[in-house]
Amino acid sequence: MMYSSVMLKRLTNLNFFKKQYMLYSSISGNIQDLSYRGINKVNFIPTLDINEPSLNSMPIFRILDDNGDIVSNCNSVPVIIPENDELLKMYKSMVLLSIMDKILYESQRQGRISFYMTNEGEEAAQIGSAAGIHFNDQVYGQYREAGVLLFRGFTPEQFMNQCFGNIEDLGKGKQMPVHYGSKDLNFVTLSSPLTTQLPQAVGTAYSFKLLKNNRCTIVYFGEGAASEGDAHAAFNFASTLNCPIIFFCRNNGFAISTPANEQYRGDGIISHGPGYGIATIRVDGNDILAVYNATLKAREYVMTNTRPLILEAMTYRRGHHSTSDDSTAYRSKDEIEQWANKNPITRLKKFLEKKNLWNDQYELEYTKDTKKQIMQMFAIASKKNKPNWKEMFNDVYYEIPDHLLEQMNSLENHISHYPEHYVIE
Amino acid sequence: MAFSISFQSSILTTTIGVFKRSLSTTRMLANKQMTVRDALNTAMDDEMERDERVFILGEEVALYDGAYKVSRGLYKKYGEQRVIDTPITEIGFAGIAVGAAMAGLRPICEFMTFNFSMQAIDHVINSAAKTFYMSAGRVNVPIVFRGPNGAAAGVAAQHSQCFGAWYGQCPGLKVISPYSSEDARGLLKAAIRDPDPVVFLENELLYGNQYPITDEVLDKEFVLPIGKAKIERKGDHITLVAHSKGVELALEAAKELSSVGIEAEVINLRSLRPLDINTIIESVVRTNHIISVEQGWPYAGIGSEIAAQIMESEAFYHLDAPLIRVTGADVPMPYTKSLEIAALPQINDIAEAVKRILGVKDV
Ligand SMILES: Cc1ncc(C[n+]2csc(CCOP(=O)(O)OP(=O)(O)O)c2C)c(N)n1
Repeated sequence: MMYSSVMLKRLTNLNFFKKQYMLYSSISGNIQDLSYRGINKVNFIPTLDINEPSLNSMPIFRILDDNGDIVSNCNSVPVIIPENDELLKMYKSMVLLSIMDKILYESQRQGRISFYMTNEGEEAAQIGSAAGIHFNDQVYGQYREAGVLLFRGFTPEQFMNQCFGNIEDLGKGKQMPVHYGSKDLNFVTLSSPLTTQLPQAVGTAYSFKLLKNNRCTIVYFGEGAASEGDAHAAFNFASTLNCPIIFFCRNNGFAISTPANEQYRGDGIISHGPGYGIATIRVDGNDILAVYNATLKAREYVMTNTRPLILEAMTYRRGHHSTSDDSTAYRSKDEIEQWANKNPITRLKKFLEKKNLWNDQYELEYTKDTKKQIMQMFAIASKKNKPNWKEMFNDVYYEIPDHLLEQMNSLENHISHYPEHYVIE
Repeated sequence: MAFSISFQSSILTTTIGVFKRSLSTTRMLANKQMTVRDALNTAMDDEMERDERVFILGEEVALYDGAYKVSRGLYKKYGEQRVIDTPITEIGFAGIAVGAAMAGLRPICEFMTFNFSMQAIDHVINSAAKTFYMSAGRVNVPIVFRGPNGAAAGVAAQHSQCFGAWYGQCPGLKVISPYSSEDARGLLKAAIRDPDPVVFLENELLYGNQYPITDEVLDKEFVLPIGKAKIERKGDHITLVAHSKGVELALEAAKELSSVGIEAEVINLRSLRPLDINTIIESVVRTNHIISVEQGWPYAGIGSEIAAQIMESEAFYHLDAPLIRVTGADVPMPYTKSLEIAALPQINDIAEAVKRILGVKDV
């Protein structure tokens, strides 16, 4: 901790680098004048030691305890509690997300859509961080960030149209379910190959820096995805290029069936921070107020220093990995049950109740109404026509090339000859 | 001058789905049956038992039995030294497989799907495929890179594509694309024993299919030769050449055509590199017509290679009509089912193409 913060101050101080380079021209036998280009400070010692990695874990920042009370020693930080309206918006978004998840998950089970991934257990990490960034900031997600998109204004209809790949889907039926995106909401369309979003997000942050447009990038990823080489390239580039980017890791304990402790041996994902010279924050991902405050602070840091930051939200993936997975094969019911008690939604609910902003009656009405609305939207989305078959040929290139036009025409011909074989919508 | 005419795939009514299902139930009536999944699983089991140097690595292959359960039970049987769950980094574990193979082990490197092998392709192409050559024959790299390839169902552009032509282009690699359980078992066993790196392209949609299997195939010493195609169906009027899922489509089209008096010969390529061009030529000499069938893209695809090799062989003079490629459409795979169907070759596309090439009026 000490080490990394000292180093970071130095890294952000350009004069420091300049001084180091100048030293080479004036070596005088004085040991303090000696410097290596590859490290920051020279200190020779007469003992030979192997530096074992520290077994300590970095602490986790939290504001609310499991009962929804502000933790007793919290005065030490200037905590920002959102206005009541904002708090309620955050809460309702979490509940809405969880209801939508249940409905879409079930619909896959019934064969109505081909695939789905829930956000269960990670609602606070998503909504809390979404509330802490600006609308103008660019978001790159992995796939378990529907809450972020929801909070930015993607409507439940839009989610459902995407999952059905119907004619109203912004993606025109081209991407598989859950691969949302919205240019208007500054949310990059999700891409299946893991971790490719990280270096791309750094590239975006770099361009923001050059454009001086007062925007930063936030990129979400799982602790499993952090094993890909792309993550390490991204950390290194973000650091060496001084990019304003928040690396938001959802450390939810599992990558499909692989538990986090088999994914890596260090102290979580922020342990990469010191290695790459990047500042870090570790936060309780099930505490929405802590995530919100951490994200606010992270944003301020990356913008004022034009430096990256790794924010690690400790949480638990309560649902199965996806609809192709049955997680009871690799974790106990007890374990899942235990985490059900740490439900981030309940935690905020308790806090709101204590502030007299919420009660069981509101809860009943809100969940009932929301369920009803979502079911209706679902029914509508499922009945909408699918995109016209011609859509298949659009958007391969900026302008449709001749050979695809030819194919389209010959297919049209073919269909008009055998209309009885085709469902035309 | 090339004659290749790309034939687009087209939209299909749901009746074909029903048709497919009824076909796979008739298959179950044959004597001994085995799924492709079990064929692959027993092949690895046999070879791990036979040779201690063989080990498996990849994402979720051990405790979880593989994302598609192809390595089921092997972790339990052989333990964590020989069935290794890796962190999520394809470039990392492919590199580790290459290093292990150079040092004398025989890794089976599973990609959760070949789509993700794109992350690791440098190790496959620049190291695995070329090291034997670059070391002037001193260091061989016996690896099997395996996993599902090609179009799956409802998973769109980044999870549904065929890498047969990609890997097939690279000297130093052997590239196998099995169809049935016999293929899967015999060829995977051969691949594991092979001294060269082998890219073994499976198909998710075939994993659960049952195919008849003989005692010979079940024998622990059963292997199929790499580089030999199989004639799955005899016919005199036209040759249909396909691999993987394409063989299923071709066989079903052949069945349909047979009811209108057209007898198609169906060649299951089994191996994309080396390509068994002789079997194709011999067939064309008899049938004088040929159509290639693949789910991958047309441009520089397997069908294109076959067309070129036929042009360069004496089979060209036996053709009564130019070769037609029936392929996936030249677009990334869309998600929505109606578009996905339109982007993939269907049975009636093949039947259509056959009638067109033979000049048969629709009946
Ligand atoms: C390059 C690549 N390799 C493998 C996969 C298959 N895959 C999809 S999700 C996943 C696990 C990711 O886990 P993590 O990053 O921890 O995120 P979580 O699912 O826990 O939110 C894997 C291995 C993929 N999509 N892309």
